[in-house]
Amino acid sequence: MNHITNRQAICETLMEAAENDRTIVVACSDSRGSASLAPFAQAFPRQFIELGIAEQNLVSVSAGLASCGKKVFAASPASFLSTRSYEQVKVDVAYSGTNVTLIGISGGISYGALGMTHHSLQDIGAMACLPDMRVYVPSDRFQTARLIRELLKDEKPAYVRVSRSATEDIYGDDMDFTLNRAHVLAEGKDAVIITCGELVPYGVKAQKELERQGYDVGLIDMYCLKPIDEEAVKRAASQADVIITAEEHSPYGGLGSMVAQIVSRETKKMVVNLALPDGHLISGTNHEIFHYYGLDDLGMVAAVKKARSEG
Amino acid sequence: MERLKKKAYELRRDIIEEIYNSKAGHVGGDLSVVDILTVLYYQVMNISPKNMKDENRDRFLLSKGHCVDALYMVLGDLGFFDKEEAIHSFCAFNSPYIGHPNTSVPGIEINSGSLGHGLSLGVGMALAAKMDEKTYRTYVVLGDGEMAEGSNYEAMMSASHYKLDNLCATVDLNGLQISGTTNEVMCTSDLGEKFRAFGWNVIDVKDGNDCDSLLSAYQQAALCKGQPTAVIAHTVKGKGVSFMENQKGWHHGVMNEEQYQTAVRELEEVLS
Repeated sequence: MNHITNRQAICETLMEAAENDRTIVVACSDSRGSASLAPFAQAFPRQFIELGIAEQNLVSVSAGLASCGKKVFAASPASFLSTRSYEQVKVDVAYSGTNVTLIGISGGISYGALGMTHHSLQDIGAMACLPDMRVYVPSDRFQTARLIRELLKDEKPAYVRVSRSATEDIYGDDMDFTLNRAHVLAEGKDAVIITCGELVPYGVKAQKELERQGYDVGLIDMYCLKPIDEEAVKRAASQADVIITAEEHSPYGGLGSMVAQIVSRETKKMVVNLALPDGHLISGTNHEIFHYYGLDDLGMVAAVKKARSEG
Repeated sequence: MERLKKKAYELRRDIIEEIYNSKAGHVGGDLSVVDILTVLYYQVMNISPKNMKDENRDRFLLSKGHCVDALYMVLGDLGFFDKEEAIHSFCAFNSPYIGHPNTSVPGIEINSGSLGHGLSLGVGMALAAKMDEKTYRTYVVLGDGEMAEGSNYEAMMSASHYKLDNLCATVDLNGLQISGTTNEVMCTSDLGEKFRAFGWNVIDVKDGNDCDSLLSAYQQAALCKGQPTAVIAHTVKGKGVSFMENQKGWHHGVMNEEQYQTAVRELEEVLS
């Protein structure tokens, strides 16, 4: 059982890089603790900026710093970062093409019991709509660390959503990683499940269970939502009868919409989108909420079997 | 006639040409802010086409980006690009000289135009200077109508928190915005007191269209240590063209030929 969160993986990766790179700056909005970035603030006080509870200012100040040569990582809860400061993200980060990586912490329904104010069910769609904004939802700590290392190498805007709790390990230190290339964990002819982030471990369980029941099922970890790995989607759609997408997001504008656009352009295969509903969600832990809305392994298994029986 | 005032009136003449040609733009605000731009670009800041990539150049942000028409004339006049080209293609199809600042035009630091962003961007630029122990200064020009945007107050708080004495904001306080007087639309009176309450050094310039007063304010601002400075410049919207002065209708009014001739005649009378 892994206890290291993706937030901690980001902090460790940034601290490692900051040893030799004084241009790295972390900016927070009273969120250094919840973003697990307090160790960075302590170790590199001259490369850490606190903006207080003011997300609009957080984003624009980050853009101003970046325009003067800084590599800025701005971390704040995904719910506020993606909507309160959306205008600043659109203009000062995406439109101006500043070297700012936005870290949306506790994304999706990580704050399950705190209510809709703290959920971010729109962030993937909202960010993906902005020209030149890249969108990533990594699954485990290893993938997260590799992603951050890659993002440190370029100077373009990005939004990275991570969840609050630790995700089961999928990969290892020695994983292969190419930026913007999906991880194909299994190929299959009956169905392929495409998912990302915290739902990937459920996908792994679902794929194993379906194989045990005699289904030939593939699984893709689509951590790169934009630019999405179109080739991986096309290949899956050419091989399998059914594509199932599962995401911790509104049914609009996220992974399901993006995958459906590609599949419908290329084939006549069926796409089933599993997502959180377009409504006010029930409260609970993230696992309880995933289960309730059919986004866990049981939900994915049921969706594949239903689609197969209907197809 | 003193050099800066003459330059500001020459630029007014160019702005009228640009606006009349394009039938677009924000002429009222252009004419109120042009003296501020003139003093900053021709006397105060170390920004030129030669050093525009230099890390130690001063930074300038026009937060009231809709008055980019005036900024284009300043930058063109200084040789960042061909001023005539800007006059003749302002807001035209596929022109880089669009209605708000964008970085495809040489001399523009960052894309802007949505109000309430410039001061925060300026805080970031001034913070970067402090981090790197660089001596450049950051100048941000805001509109008084723009001061209703809440993000400005987040920026003001953080600027004084980090003691950004290398940051200077100017409010082009012309008292008018698109729907009426700023006090009618949303009372932002006593802006100086607001800045002071947030820990800023405040310099009130009673005639914000007077180049000497503005120059003196920026010289004082550069001497202030430990806190950012706000220059509150009391200007006249439409300054220099009698029928536009203090008229909200000229926020983005379009001149007919007779009005254009009158505006040109009045400006040339001052210049002669």
